[in-house]
Amino acid sequence: MTATIEQAAPGGAWNPTRRRRTTGSVIWHVAALAALAVVLYPVFWLVSASFKPSDDIIGNLQLLPTSPTFDNYSSAVEGIAGVPVLTFFRNSLIIAVGSVVGTVMSASLAAYAFARIRFRGRGVLFAMMIGTLLLPFHVLMIPQYIIFQRLELINTFVPLLLGKFLATEAFFVFLLVQFMRGLPRELDEAARIDGCGHVRIFWSIMLPLMRPALITASIFSFIWSWNDFLGPLLYLNDPNTFPLSRGLQLFIDQQSNSDYGAMIAMSMLALLPVMLFFLAFQRYLVDGVATEGLKG
Amino acid sequence: MTTGRSHLVAQTQLSTEAPPDGRRPTGAKEAKPASGARRGSRSGSTSRDTLAGYLFLSPWCIGMLLLTLGPMLASLYLSFTDYDLFTTPEWVGLENYTTMFSDERWLQSVRVTLGYVLIATPLKLIAALAVAMLLVRPRRGQGFYRSAFYAPSLIGASVSIGIVWRALFSDDGAVDSTLSLVGLGNDGWVGDPQLSLWVLVALSMWQFGAPMVIFLAGLKQIPRDLYEAASVDGAGWWRQFRSITVPMLSPIVFFNLLLETIHAFQVFTSAFVVSNGTGGPAGSTMFYTLYLYERGFEDFRMGYASAMAWMLLLGVGLVTLVLFRTSNAWVHYSGDESR
Repeated sequence: MTATIEQAAPGGAWNPTRRRRTTGSVIWHVAALAALAVVLYPVFWLVSASFKPSDDIIGNLQLLPTSPTFDNYSSAVEGIAGVPVLTFFRNSLIIAVGSVVGTVMSASLAAYAFARIRFRGRGVLFAMMIGTLLLPFHVLMIPQYIIFQRLELINTFVPLLLGKFLATEAFFVFLLVQFMRGLPRELDEAARIDGCGHVRIFWSIMLPLMRPALITASIFSFIWSWNDFLGPLLYLNDPNTFPLSRGLQLFIDQQSNSDYGAMIAMSMLALLPVMLFFLAFQRYLVDGVATEGLKG
Repeated sequence: MTTGRSHLVAQTQLSTEAPPDGRRPTGAKEAKPASGARRGSRSGSTSRDTLAGYLFLSPWCIGMLLLTLGPMLASLYLSFTDYDLFTTPEWVGLENYTTMFSDERWLQSVRVTLGYVLIATPLKLIAALAVAMLLVRPRRGQGFYRSAFYAPSLIGASVSIGIVWRALFSDDGAVDSTLSLVGLGNDGWVGDPQLSLWVLVALSMWQFGAPMVIFLAGLKQIPRDLYEAASVDGAGWWRQFRSITVPMLSPIVFFNLLLETIHAFQVFTSAFVVSNGTGGPAGSTMFYTLYLYERGFEDFRMGYASAMAWMLLLGVGLVTLVLFRTSNAWVHYSGDESR
């Protein structure tokens, strides 16, 4: 479908002359770049402001710093409330990597059951899974907090990770189910005839084939838990356990007695892994959203 | 878990059209070749399969019971109680629900949130559609543009971007300074009750990437010959847009509208960061979720907060229902002609 459009376009009916096409294309690129400049301005601003002297950040329209400095980064690295930024980084990393491991494991197991095993009650359970996609987290927030508070798990990462290992984020289960349904049935049927059990089929046939979907799920899981703020806000009060999102919030709270430049530099540091992830994997991310949204 | 991610969660989910139990290929295939080879495979779901199914599903089932269904029931119960987290919950019947309607801050949070949903959602979708239409014809560098426009969707709900937004829209910030050049300066948007909500509307609009990618995929499904036929008939750009693009795209518009609306109801992190957790100035950014957090985790009125959560669920459910009901009037499902 897409291929036919792409082939049709270059020699298409409404490109009568080559020159007109070139002019049109130049205008198009100018428009697209202009829109892009507006959209990406806040990101440019952040990058540039992180190299500006603290009192030059607000009230200065110049995009590029006139006298670039690394001072912001060196004071950002010192951290806040006696906690070095490295600790925030480490905490973010533990939470994000833990989320990825938990999500991939539990969601792929659940997806295999939904997509490939026929068992009593599957329809009902699948409907429940879809239902949780639309459920606002706020309905669960208070009882979940009470549970973890009773279990004395506040200030640990357990409340942030347990749900990931139990596939509570239906998005990922759904994503993998949709992907797995697209894999040919003959594969596992042949394997079953050869005497393979479900464990073997799942592990040796399905998992390797699911790699693209697993990569997409991993990236989203990583970025979302890296950016997550509400979870750490609820469950973590000890600055030593804070991930970057909470560390940044601490910076804002104490803004009166700390410098603005360091806060901006820290924001930059907090976004850096996400930006790098994006640059490396953007193909998976964008395609993941588009295809999963439309596949029916 | 957070509001930030729920939009993407939602983003992908309309394909519920797929049959809940992916039954499609099985019937035909399993019946013929497999049944001879395997004993009793007719019914498909042998007891071994059932056991395996539940084993594979066990983490999910535990999560469903302990972290979703259980908490839902608990939260429903708590919503009828007065509970401060430390003493035993005291049953108060419907009091939490009735108090809300005379709670000035609750009413304010409803106004702010509804206003935000009504303004931010359409603007975001318009931006998404506009950029998608810009990108739909294959051009050199298309992949680059598509990715670059998508980027804000990933970082928009982070604390970092909240801080950037505050700086851009503060007094003497970049937006204010730029507007001053044309004589439209003011004392910053963040501190002005008339303008502060627009700071968050702008932040929401900025994250148009996710619906854009979905629009883009939808636009590519529209057969090219429809446009060719229309332009032979002398239809101009606007006419083609109105008579071909909009109707053909309406299921996708509906999909994006539904998900972005639900998402907008739950905005939290950016509102928290931009207003520094206060919902100010003058309650102008007192989002529903912000007030819920304040009641529950600052005032320890867990019962009231639970009731608020259920009202949110009801509200979101109601809006979803209304959208579905009205969709018959404007959503065209073109069946097989789309291919």
